[in-house]
Amino acid sequence: MPKAFTPKVITANHLLQGDVIYQTETGWTRTLAEAEVLTDEAHADLRLIEASQQTSEVVGVYLADVNLPNDTPSPTHFREDFRARGPSNYPHGKQEELTNV
Amino acid sequence: MYNYTDFDTAFVAERNAQFRAQVERRIDGSLTEDEFKPLRLMNGLYLQLHAYMLRVAIPYGTINSRQMQQLAYIADRWDKGYGHFTTRQNIQYNWPELRDVPDILDALAEVQMHAIQTSGNTIRNVTADHFAGAAADEIADPRPVAELIRQWSTDHPEFQFLPRKFKVAVTGSPKDRAVTRAHDIGLRMVQRDGQSGFEVIVGGGLGRTPMIGKVLKDFLPQEDLLPYLEAIVSVYNLLGRRDNKYKARIKITVHEHGIDDIRARVEERFALLRAQFTGVDQQMLAAIEADFAAPLFKEKSLAGFEAAYTNDPVFRSWVDTNTTDHRATGYVIASISLKTHGQTPGDASSDQMRAMADIARDYGHDELRISHEQNVILPHVHKADLPKVHAALKAAGLATANIGLISDIIACPGMDYCALATARSIPIAQEIATRFDTLKLEHDIGPLKIKISGCINACGHHHVGHIGILGLDRAGVESYQITLGGDGTEDAAIGERAGPGFSAEDILPAIERIVETYLKIRSEPSETFLQTYQRLGLAPFKAALYPEVQANAA
Repeated sequence: MPKAFTPKVITANHLLQGDVIYQTETGWTRTLAEAEVLTDEAHADLRLIEASQQTSEVVGVYLADVNLPNDTPSPTHFREDFRARGPSNYPHGKQEELTNV
Repeated sequence: MYNYTDFDTAFVAERNAQFRAQVERRIDGSLTEDEFKPLRLMNGLYLQLHAYMLRVAIPYGTINSRQMQQLAYIADRWDKGYGHFTTRQNIQYNWPELRDVPDILDALAEVQMHAIQTSGNTIRNVTADHFAGAAADEIADPRPVAELIRQWSTDHPEFQFLPRKFKVAVTGSPKDRAVTRAHDIGLRMVQRDGQSGFEVIVGGGLGRTPMIGKVLKDFLPQEDLLPYLEAIVSVYNLLGRRDNKYKARIKITVHEHGIDDIRARVEERFALLRAQFTGVDQQMLAAIEADFAAPLFKEKSLAGFEAAYTNDPVFRSWVDTNTTDHRATGYVIASISLKTHGQTPGDASSDQMRAMADIARDYGHDELRISHEQNVILPHVHKADLPKVHAALKAAGLATANIGLISDIIACPGMDYCALATARSIPIAQEIATRFDTLKLEHDIGPLKIKISGCINACGHHHVGHIGILGLDRAGVESYQITLGGDGTEDAAIGERAGPGFSAEDILPAIERIVETYLKIRSEPSETFLQTYQRLGLAPFKAALYPEVQANAA
């Protein structure tokens, strides 16, 4: 039996701002909850290739594992959790943007 | 202080113009990231976890008030109103946007600063004793030599693509405050038969394979310095391993070939190179030395100081803990702690930077230093001015009296910022400092250096911490490994691993058990933690850290 495919999202940093972004079906978002969740390995690889070609917008594209409680992607690893939130010593980064909405 | 020559000014301006064009070409798509990355790194620009990070060089940790004001201005204008002082005497901005970086570099150039060679496989910012030119125990000011090395190494055509990064530190004092034995090259200024020269130490380093540097030459005459350095780096450039990033530092080259083999190769190369250095370098050094002439020290009445010292216990505690003997009568070296309990080690807000700049201008002969321990130093303060300095620091939230104590913690940015990190460092430092402040124990504990790194690369110098903490990712959970007995001074030693790691929740209680054990077993209150460790070894601390193992063995 092949190992079950862990759901993934495609993430990167924005070229100009440098902040964390996630791929959606049509573009990019700064919110993990809005990311396109990839549940099929072949499709994920294809989307990764497409994302990697957008070199004038994004830097450092990769696939990150996610959990899907209530069908909303959330990080499986603490590194991705920090990327989705921001640093713990100041309310900067995404947590700042989220409270400003 | 050193002042840029016309050549320096033109060079930095040209580099900045080049980088501005490179950024434009990256944004318009003419450069790929693979092409752009080495170019941005040469100019100190990283892409970190949440944003870009710009690392600005503060050569040998020396700046004046105008430069500090400009750092504050940059923090406000293009960042989030603060900066992070690092373990290599640099300052890092954690939130710049790509388009703004060329403007930031131009703003730095206005005050004779830059970010050149703060990254990449080059000779990095040369560090020096942060008490240079002020310490009572100093043979000579190491900064002119450090500046000479900076000029020689900047854009050195042979050394722009070394196997790996290369770090040089210089001290002019037998008391090593520059961790010279943990650098690729460490230089200790020494005198022999009335002649000035250097003990040259090579192959030290921390990181995944920590090594204490070995003496390559016990006395190198001053005028041979540059050709000898060029010989060392040139031997390393050819011999260093480019096949494996983790074996590419000179410490591995020295380890694999042996110090005697390296010495023979360096001497051979030196013999070829020596004649190319015709003495121009020594003329330049003489000119640089004039720039570093000591300020005109003043004589002032100490009555006000004595009264404040007697009557104000808070002032007295700060003076006792944060000042160090100065070579001039009536003066002290005052350390400004950037380790307020519960705050991020090494961070200063723009307001605090301006306050420090004003104090330096008014009471400190216009000089500031950044220490590798992430504090700021006022190297020349007359005791008569100390009460005013202390009051101004207090108003800026900068009067924490904890230099050298358990809450004066070195911590790298860790996974709160760094893309390489495997765990967080900052929250651990914050918790330890806050806890020992609550216990009101730190003055009783005395000198104790805790150093925290958030990954194996050891930017937080954990190997040379009396207590070192290394954050790792163990099966998707942050885990912290403790080392004990490390020492970054002239008696440099790599700490010994205490045993299995602790979770983020358990690391603070573990540190508390170590400290409780020390307080219980020290021979007398004046025996420091390190002395107790050296006398009794790891065993009593291990027993306190892992009581269950002891119980099982019984």
